[in-house]
Amino acid sequence: MTASLPVPPPAAGVPLLDARLIAHRGGFRLDLPLSIPAGEVVALLGPNGSGKTTTVRALAGLLPLTAGHIRLAGTTLDEPAQRRWTRPEQRPVAVVFQDYLLFPHLSVLDNVAFGLRCRGAGRRRARELARPWLARVGLAEYADRKPRQLSGGQAQRVALARALAVNPALLLLDEPLAALDARTRLETRAELHRHLSAHPGATLLVTHDPLDALVLADRLVIIEDGRIVQEGDAATITAQPRTDYVAKLVGLNLYRGWADGHSVTLRPAPAAGAGADRPFRLTTADQHHGEVFVAFRPAAVALYPNPPEGSPRNVWAGTVSSVQRHGDNLRVQVDGPVTAAADITPAAAAQLRLVPGSQVWAAVKAAETRTYPAGS
Amino acid sequence: MSVLEDQGPPRRTGRPPARRRGTGSGVPLALVVPALLGLGFLVLPLAGLLIRTPWSSLPARLAAPGVVEALRLSLFAATAATVLCLLLGVPLAWLLARVDFPGSGLVRALVTVPLVLPPVVGGVALLLVFGRRGIIGVWLESAFGLTIPFTTLAVILAEAFVAMPFLVIAVEGALRGADRRYEEAAATLGAGRWTAFRRVTVPQVGPGIAAGAVLAWARALGEFGATITFAGNFPGRTQTMPLAVYLALETDVDAAIVLSLILLVVSVVILASLRRRWINAP
Repeated sequence: MTASLPVPPPAAGVPLLDARLIAHRGGFRLDLPLSIPAGEVVALLGPNGSGKTTTVRALAGLLPLTAGHIRLAGTTLDEPAQRRWTRPEQRPVAVVFQDYLLFPHLSVLDNVAFGLRCRGAGRRRARELARPWLARVGLAEYADRKPRQLSGGQAQRVALARALAVNPALLLLDEPLAALDARTRLETRAELHRHLSAHPGATLLVTHDPLDALVLADRLVIIEDGRIVQEGDAATITAQPRTDYVAKLVGLNLYRGWADGHSVTLRPAPAAGAGADRPFRLTTADQHHGEVFVAFRPAAVALYPNPPEGSPRNVWAGTVSSVQRHGDNLRVQVDGPVTAAADITPAAAAQLRLVPGSQVWAAVKAAETRTYPAGS
Repeated sequence: MSVLEDQGPPRRTGRPPARRRGTGSGVPLALVVPALLGLGFLVLPLAGLLIRTPWSSLPARLAAPGVVEALRLSLFAATAATVLCLLLGVPLAWLLARVDFPGSGLVRALVTVPLVLPPVVGGVALLLVFGRRGIIGVWLESAFGLTIPFTTLAVILAEAFVAMPFLVIAVEGALRGADRRYEEAAATLGAGRWTAFRRVTVPQVGPGIAAGAVLAWARALGEFGATITFAGNFPGRTQTMPLAVYLALETDVDAAIVLSLILLVVSVVILASLRRRWINAP
């Protein structure tokens, strides 16, 4: 008897998971088209309340769609318009929950064997099949422990083994590293990467940590308020963020404006102080025309106590609104006609006597800016 | 570090700062006196029972055939009633806790009726349904030749009738307090609702089920009114300990005291085990 669900190989060109998730929860509406080919790991990234958990619950069958469809391996799991609905226990979908939800009354081995037993294997056979999975996550000698005797990182690995053991066509991971401390997270992330790469099915990783997404995923889907705001590979997204949230994730200053050659007229930032009513112009390295984004790194912003002299630059006067540690440097938020983050050394900060409220001049070389079309 | 500098946040280890200025400061006399009176009111009758116990003739009385018979019947009937309560009450509690159906509020109210109903009324009601002329009783007799009233089965039914609400309420409370996400995790692993109930929910609410069962068992053990109405008072068949106590009181007070002492000991043992359950419950 096999304990795994039969997953027919998908026809060429058809993604393993093909879904349009439309769901309502109170006043919140999720509308997310999502397709994942076999073997691909997609990271779903978004701020709190953006619909990440709703997405996981809809795919797992814990929350019915209000419209749209979920097709997995050629089978329709949920399609309200056709009155199609598959119960969670009949879906070839497994979930690694944020706090793992290991069954506290079962041993580690029986936790991993749980799904196999539910799919028809007898007690002994299920344990036999579960052992290699436990070994694969390096916890063979913990088989007889109870979950409460495990560390956070070990519990995470057991949860992963429990989910992978049923050979799911779709593996869902809901913030799998969020409950771990920084050091454990580093080790577990590397190990998780190994297992996700080996998983033949589709994988959706939900996270709010950009590092998890960049390390673990082949492709990133970023949602805000229930909708996709940006989608693509890590390199594209880190180089060309399209919303403030994404820019903050990847640590860039981001502005939207109207380009005319090497000059971009910015939209006034909502939080901008004095001079916001006057259009602010940035000189850029790239030539564009029309609606564009302009991005530059905080380290590219130089701060001066007086108006700097010299080569043509983007220079503006502003007020320091906050100073925070950022790695070895300090990150200074400067309000003005545009708001910008600047990374400077502690020595420079001491020299400038920077405190919130200080008046400074900010400068960015045109060569440090990147400009790309805003598109739709 | 000097004592004067030590004004950081209060330390979490060690004892809280002593604030005693004379014993009982802040406890009003108007509460202490009735509290002590209440305690005495509860404890004195039990003490009286112990004081009046004929300790010298105790072993002989315990071995008396009627006593052993009544105790055996009581323990058997209470246990059987508890099993019946578990078989029917746990699913009922699950239904009330997990399924939204029209009229669930009414059902919940109905379940608790036996809690407030005088047991004698419960006995009369059982007679009207299961009696030889009762709605179900007539059918049972004609179809199976089964007569329930004034049998040991009647004792079990009467006890289950009064004890079931205790179990249902305890288990429903435990189910509502249990984290439902474990059931969801089980579902994503392929467990249907029955499997999830059996392998995840029941172990999760195990302490609640145990507490409910113990409460139901204790209530069944002490049942008097419904039993004597529905099952009568036949030694060896339907005469349980409480009935034997009542009967003995009219002829042999010492015998009644001994029987009462046994019930008291059993109750205290149950209470002690229950307290441990509650304290250990996660």
